[in-house]
Amino acid sequence: MNNAVPALGASPPGPGAEFLRAFAANRGALLAFFVFAAVVAGAVFAPWLAPHDPVQQFRDQLLAPPVWQVGGFASFPLGTDELGRCILSRLLFGARVSLWIGLSAVLLALVPGVVLGLLAAFHGRWLSPLIMRVMDILLALPGLLLAICVITILGPGLLNTVLAIAVGALPGMVRLVRGSALAELAKDYVTASRVAGAGTARLMFDTVLPNCLAPLIVNATLSFSSAILETAALGFLGLGVQAPQPEWGSMLSAARDYIERAPWVVTMPGLTILITVLAINLMGDGLRDALDPKLRTAS
Amino acid sequence: MFALLLKKLATLIPTLLGVTLVAFALIRLVPGDPIEVMVGERRLDPAAHAALMQQLGLDQPLAVQYGRYLAGLLQGDLGKSLVTREPVAAEFAMLFPATIELALAALLLALLIGLPLGIAAALKRGSWLDQAVMALATIGNSMPVFWWGLILIMFFSVGLQWTPVSGRIGIEYDITSVTGFMLIDSLLADLRGDESGAFVSACLHLVLPATVLGTIPMAVVARMTRSALLEVLREDYMRTARAKGLSPVRVVVHHGLRNALIPVVTVLGLQIGSLLGGAVLTETIFSWPGIGKWLIDAIARRDYPVVQAGILVSALIFIGVNLVVDVLYGVLNPRMRGR
Repeated sequence: MNNAVPALGASPPGPGAEFLRAFAANRGALLAFFVFAAVVAGAVFAPWLAPHDPVQQFRDQLLAPPVWQVGGFASFPLGTDELGRCILSRLLFGARVSLWIGLSAVLLALVPGVVLGLLAAFHGRWLSPLIMRVMDILLALPGLLLAICVITILGPGLLNTVLAIAVGALPGMVRLVRGSALAELAKDYVTASRVAGAGTARLMFDTVLPNCLAPLIVNATLSFSSAILETAALGFLGLGVQAPQPEWGSMLSAARDYIERAPWVVTMPGLTILITVLAINLMGDGLRDALDPKLRTAS
Repeated sequence: MFALLLKKLATLIPTLLGVTLVAFALIRLVPGDPIEVMVGERRLDPAAHAALMQQLGLDQPLAVQYGRYLAGLLQGDLGKSLVTREPVAAEFAMLFPATIELALAALLLALLIGLPLGIAAALKRGSWLDQAVMALATIGNSMPVFWWGLILIMFFSVGLQWTPVSGRIGIEYDITSVTGFMLIDSLLADLRGDESGAFVSACLHLVLPATVLGTIPMAVVARMTRSALLEVLREDYMRTARAKGLSPVRVVVHHGLRNALIPVVTVLGLQIGSLLGGAVLTETIFSWPGIGKWLIDAIARRDYPVVQAGILVSALIFIGVNLVVDVLYGVLNPRMRGR
């Protein structure tokens, strides 16, 4: 007889509850989630939170230090930049740009990535080599260089930055989807579904895809953080979002000349990037552990 | 071993062709008339325009152009810079050692610091040391390198005045290029007595850029060493080695590390890509005269043949390094050789 009969009324936790409990047990990931939520809130409510217009230049307040330093003003909590613009306001509006580019780039890589990856897994004979060779070519160019390549062709700008980063993230997604789909395809439940008469499309998206989601979500999270880093890197090189639109990376590149006189112009945008990226990466680690214990690294 | 290398090379041919196609398409895909895009603000009369078209071979069918491009590449012809009128290959040969020197220094630093930290963290698992290493590695992995460079300049160059802000060596030194590697060339000049202090100057110029470029690989190496060593420490043969009475150092280094290094090498190979991308940023921050800065300057000047060559060469380096890593993998792990 089975002795491990659960007590009456105590149903096992559902997958959602189990995920939440596992994620919340990881204190780092939980903290990272709150930090990230704060960044998102800052971006969403930027027009109401920002003390000033991010592009307005206060010519009499050039390079004002943050409020806690001697000579700082309460009206510019994080100081002003070389053109007298409020750094806090620029960071808040810059968060909109970074998060928007990151999210769009990940989605733009995710959707074709899933479709191409599944196609490659299901059509092993001729479509798979074709898709994977093209992805190999894209993989041969390191992410930032590929983005620079795309920007060289299309010219700098917000939408082109999204496209450039998405192209860089695509091969990783395709490989991941194909890999996990191939692993699932060998399993009995897929064969059962096929025998039951499921068509290819149904097998792809209804049977196999849901079981590949865990690594895909983790990968999308990590792609999101590297997209934010790449956006900032492109902005720093002058190839990303163009002035006067506030963007974290281009704020840094403008600040380089004032590194001696006004260190806060350099520190603030960089810290913002670091904290945001760190939070997303920690969340990604937490998601990986919570979604699939099998993916856990030895720790 | 040799057969494996040949087989790997054969599978690379489509990728290599594809990369040349991307580089070839780069100039052609720029919207608008390529000549006008390159010339920019300056006006050209139609005759000069036609002459330039012919000179660049842009009046030929695309297939012919690509064929010529490939044929040129095989002879080491990367085209001519539109700005300096010099062959790109010659410029490249001058700048390449600077990037290699920087990248090697960064990798060395990553290994010298990352490996011991990873080993210590694994051996003292759960201790404050382990937690500190993991926290540092997590932060290092999320670091925006361009900002990190600026912060280091702020502290060490501007604040403490320990290191110079940019370049490869102090301007007071006149170093003749023998190997192209500044450390070696300056050491030679220094030892000859022509330029005393040149080597120290070269080292001081290298240390910040190498630290910046090495930060992410360092974090990755520390993390990977730790997790790989933890995995290996659980294996039966480790218990056997200890039971045989081998010294703890020998157990860890000879039995543990040798096996733990396999994933570390793989991850390090994957880092070469981020190293190349990072070199673009690091060289821009420190005005380091290597291919990364050259590429960015060329984009700003719309010097498309240089951009084309820079992208192509970076991709070739990346592919080459990955091939080396694949082969190294076979050397380190005999179990992989058959595959």
